[in-house]
Amino acid sequence: MSKIAIRCEGVGKKYRLGQRERYKALRDTLTDMASAPFRLARSLFRRSAKQKDEGAGILWALKDVSFEVERGEVVGIIGRNGAGKSTLLKILSRITKPTAGVVEIHGRVGSLLEVGTGFHPELTGRENIYLNGSILGMKKAEIDRKFDEIVAFAEVEEFIDTPVKRYSSGMYVRLAFAVAAHLEPEILVIDEVLAVGDAAFQKKCLGKMGDVAKEGRTVLFVSHNMQAVQSLCRRAILIESGRVAATGSAKAVVSRYLASISEMSSEMIWTEASAPGNNEIKLTSLSVHTENSTGGVYSSSEDLSVEMEFIARMRHSALCIGFDVVNSEGVVVARSYQTDLPPDSWPEVQLGSNKWRCTIPRGLLNAGLYYVCPKIGLHNMYWIVNLDTTIRFEVILDHGVSPFWGALNSSSRPGVIAPIFNWVA
Amino acid sequence: MESNLAVSEKAVLAESAPTLVIRPATGWTAPELKEVWAYRELLYFLTWRDIKVRYKQTALGAAWAVIQPFFMMLVFSLFFGRLAGVPSDKIPYPVFVFCALLPWQLFAQALAESSNSLVANERLITKVYFPRLVVPIAAVLGGLVDFAIAFVVLLGMMAYYRIVPGLAVIYLPLFVLLAVMTALGVGLWLSALNVQYRDVRYTLTFLTQFWMFLTPVAYPSSIVPEKWRALYGLNPMAGVVEGFRWALLGKTEAPGPLLAVSVVAVVLILVGGLFYFRRMEETFADIV
Repeated sequence: MSKIAIRCEGVGKKYRLGQRERYKALRDTLTDMASAPFRLARSLFRRSAKQKDEGAGILWALKDVSFEVERGEVVGIIGRNGAGKSTLLKILSRITKPTAGVVEIHGRVGSLLEVGTGFHPELTGRENIYLNGSILGMKKAEIDRKFDEIVAFAEVEEFIDTPVKRYSSGMYVRLAFAVAAHLEPEILVIDEVLAVGDAAFQKKCLGKMGDVAKEGRTVLFVSHNMQAVQSLCRRAILIESGRVAATGSAKAVVSRYLASISEMSSEMIWTEASAPGNNEIKLTSLSVHTENSTGGVYSSSEDLSVEMEFIARMRHSALCIGFDVVNSEGVVVARSYQTDLPPDSWPEVQLGSNKWRCTIPRGLLNAGLYYVCPKIGLHNMYWIVNLDTTIRFEVILDHGVSPFWGALNSSSRPGVIAPIFNWVA
Repeated sequence: MESNLAVSEKAVLAESAPTLVIRPATGWTAPELKEVWAYRELLYFLTWRDIKVRYKQTALGAAWAVIQPFFMMLVFSLFFGRLAGVPSDKIPYPVFVFCALLPWQLFAQALAESSNSLVANERLITKVYFPRLVVPIAAVLGGLVDFAIAFVVLLGMMAYYRIVPGLAVIYLPLFVLLAVMTALGVGLWLSALNVQYRDVRYTLTFLTQFWMFLTPVAYPSSIVPEKWRALYGLNPMAGVVEGFRWALLGKTEAPGPLLAVSVVAVVLILVGGLFYFRRMEETFADIV
């Protein structure tokens, strides 16, 4: 048996810009037809790989990516949004073909780019286990054997013959993850599936991931969670603009990554075409400012406003809009959603454009650099926007009200946050 | 830690051949039917899902499989059979038309489902690997259940009109297969096109209606002049429908040349569809 599990050599993936648009509409086709009937006829048979024009309109999502993963290694893949991590996973799991290069895989690959792929709301838990299992590549006999274990892990014994549309969102995710967790390939490729569900469930998932790693299976793990990468992976690969920027120990690569994202501004505006999201919800801008100032450096004695603008074409009761605040060590300082509030005070989603503001109260954050990672999703179902560090701001500590506060060290206080607690005697 | 410099050295260490080699797409290649066979369990589960889900939360359930062709039969019998006096090869018009509506409905439904299948299963296609062919095939197979249900009604009608099929009935499964293959062949083209051009969705209704008038559902193919009849077989559904009438009702002649042309047409459409699908499938996940 060879020691290598995955070997990528010079892997590249080219996209024609606009190819990733959702689809062509009737009117586009008609204008195409009117302007160039032959181009349409040709384009029916043409694939992007055969494009000749290398100039404008071409995007290399991955370029010249080479690395190896040994048998039994757990490797984290990190990088900013759009760096090409997901494209790489899609190539490794054979969902899409590379434009250049070769990948050699030794062993059966199972990929989890999402939990609950193919779950059908009308089918019962039992039926969905079989359906989802077979979609993930399990044999029926294998599912039969693991069935009880899956049900027990998901803790849904009583509801196993109920359609999953009647499940709570927590049960739904538990069942979906349980099926995925019982996939036993030699090589496991995972994309941030752990990010769904509540904290307790995430912990359970991380535990399961740790077990998988200990069993000696090869795991390739894409994550925005730097803590998870550092605790689960021995080695990490940093991808920047489609290229491998660094490989090495998880700790070294993570700190290199965190250093590389420090040239960001405190505001991000997307055009409608490039806005992250799906057809229904698109995030169009994200910024941090205070009442009086923009610019990215704020005093801790002022309330901070995180402003999110988005376009909504649907309303959904489980729609959660929010963000993570991450500090320069990669620690998530806080996560906030509009749905953290009591339901009757959630801001209402308007069809069309929305501008919401979330206030981070003064006197809370410590001095330092912070990043905001916008998160929009249907609660416990799937992410619509799940971006990594997107904007950055800096906090200068000056909410001290005491002559002793910060007297010795004026830049920051020990602690992840710096609130002033109350004292009485 | 490991660096990329060691790549070539490690390759020497690798003794066993890789289980899988992923390379860029290379133009026209043969469809991977073996791969579909390896994923037959998934094919089974997807078909089973489509069948299970189809009539969930409907009041009439599987009765829909009967209602549609039955009412079409009533309308056709009234307007074409009774009022317009369309000939029906000496067979009672209701049976004549119902016997054609069954394979037609099988075809039309299978075609609609398969054409839309890749787009409908977008999440699967962008998140999991499996041979994409499984999706349109499962969509086509799902229609067979409806067909079987409606078939029972046809048997009832044949009993009512005291029509006993002859020996030719043993060929019936072949005509069912032909209908399914036609739907799959066209479905492969349309589903792959639909990934890129959602126009297919709008074209489909129109196409199906148009195609039905070109198929001897409401009228017998005998009204087409003899010398053109073989050419008429270029529409494979003409062969299927006439084959059904011949195998079940036994009053018409065996559709020889017409059927032969239909079979050739189906094989061409299907093989072409398989190759076209194979060529396009590598980009499905990127553009769906």
